[in-house]
Amino acid sequence: MDLQQLVNGLMLGGILAFVAVGFTLTIGMLNFLNFTIPALFMLAAMAAWALSAPGEHALGFGMHWLPAALAGIGVSIAASLLIERFTYRYMKAKYGDATEHALPLVSSLGFLLIFEHLVITLWGTEPHRAALPFADTDVRLGGLLVGLPQLISLTLALVLVALLSTLLRRTRLGRALRAIAENPDAATLMGIEVNRIVPVVFVVTGALAALAGILYVASYRTVSPYIGDSVATDAIAGMVIGGLGNVWGAIAGGLLVGMLKVLAISWFGAEIEKIPVWGLLLAVLLVKPTGLFGHTAIGKGKF
Amino acid sequence: MSGYASGILAQLSINIVIAYSVFLPAAAGLLNLGAAGFVLLGGYVAGGLTSLAGVPLLPAIAAGGLAAGAVAFLVSFPILRTRGIYMVLATFAFAEIVGGILLNIPALGGAAGLSVSAYAGLPAVLAVTALVVAFVAWLLSTRFGLAMRAVHDDERVAVLFGTNLRLTQVFAFTAGGAVGGIGGGLTVHQFNFIDVQTTGTMFSIFVLLYVLMGGTQTAWGPIAGALFFTLVPEGLRRVAETTPALSFLEASRYIFFGAAVVLVMMWRPEGLVTRTLVEQVHGFFGRRLKRG
Repeated sequence: MDLQQLVNGLMLGGILAFVAVGFTLTIGMLNFLNFTIPALFMLAAMAAWALSAPGEHALGFGMHWLPAALAGIGVSIAASLLIERFTYRYMKAKYGDATEHALPLVSSLGFLLIFEHLVITLWGTEPHRAALPFADTDVRLGGLLVGLPQLISLTLALVLVALLSTLLRRTRLGRALRAIAENPDAATLMGIEVNRIVPVVFVVTGALAALAGILYVASYRTVSPYIGDSVATDAIAGMVIGGLGNVWGAIAGGLLVGMLKVLAISWFGAEIEKIPVWGLLLAVLLVKPTGLFGHTAIGKGKF
Repeated sequence: MSGYASGILAQLSINIVIAYSVFLPAAAGLLNLGAAGFVLLGGYVAGGLTSLAGVPLLPAIAAGGLAAGAVAFLVSFPILRTRGIYMVLATFAFAEIVGGILLNIPALGGAAGLSVSAYAGLPAVLAVTALVVAFVAWLLSTRFGLAMRAVHDDERVAVLFGTNLRLTQVFAFTAGGAVGGIGGGLTVHQFNFIDVQTTGTMFSIFVLLYVLMGGTQTAWGPIAGALFFTLVPEGLRRVAETTPALSFLEASRYIFFGAAVVLVMMWRPEGLVTRTLVEQVHGFFGRRLKRG
């Protein structure tokens, strides 16, 4: 029984890990806590639902689920690029290395409101049932029940992060990104076109958050404008526990938070779930702010 | 005064009080994304005192402020060890934990929220708000206000000139917590209700946004921010109600607030009301007076 709960936690953690990697990338690369990630997560899920579910609602075309999901991911990536243009790039151009300030963070909270209420204006606040395939496909592994979408998301998260980490270490683009993470001004002097490379981070973040949103809908079969909020706060906890800017730490932290939540709920009931997660986060912040996996401070050799 | 107008005025006053709870630490360079935590603490203590112990309204609200201030003082030491993004996250986590603990106290209503019967009418709300505004204005005019400003602008230089950094920040954080607790006590008694759901993550985000939008350089900033945050969405809601063609404004009014935040951060990153603006207005009226 407890083993089953552990598996359930691991599966929730798979989705959290995705989002946590998105958070940790923007923090690690740009020293920017991007609070629009919950909106990107929710935007993809809502767009995929709206396009694929036949009905009276806006954009209710009743499309096949695959193009609808891809369109959802596209919408999130576009939104993410818009955010890059008006938060990070604008501040950087106007105030030099404005990343030390809270300005991009505050603007990203503004964008969070914009996108959430855009979705509410279009489709209302009530949750909708979204029927993506595989939702009812469960796999039995030695007596344990595992949902297929969750299994996919966990595997995909691990594969994508492995790819990402190789990309950062081995390719030219990765080297440019790491240079920007070290020092944007020095990177510019070395001939790196910062304004062309930084959007890559936002495309990756948008795609990760959107994919997580689609996988969330596939596993939990429901969408609402608010699904991003709790997932993103848990993902932030996962990111901090894993160490800011550490992609593998984000995976481990996301999985840990997922398991902690599910176990706390099954042992103590649903009301208690916030305390262990946020207590652990606060403890990590105060005792070991570099995260459980002992990485150096933001901006210095994280990968 | 109509019930509608007095309702808006009470909401505006409470928003101003809560704005100062984020403004005080922000004026000393500390970003607090956990306003909900102190508001909840003050609200539940004050509400619990009037509903369970039969304490009169004003002492209960004061006790709520004291309790929130005491907790703020205690948590300020660990929280001040963090900075920047880490502090934003630590205050955020603190608020989540306060909410999580309150959810698990059945005597205070648990997840259903705390309902109280004692009512704080408009005069009481206005009086408490006036006291808070006067306190903040006075604080900023003292030597201590100058220390807060120095710490906000440059910690290292402030220390070089003999400012006690730790004392300034601990006090700013504690005073902010106490003011937030007073705001919570007003909230629970004005609406006869408070709960962890409404006073949650989005609440903290909204408060931080309208304070930074108003500006943290002068005591006028939070008032401007609270005015904008209270009146613009409410105005748009009224328009949506009375003009059916514009009924989409009902759901979309916070899009305008979000867009306003983004635009202010682009064009006036120090907020709508800056120190320069206040000095210009002062100079303008000063000249007029002399000439007249």
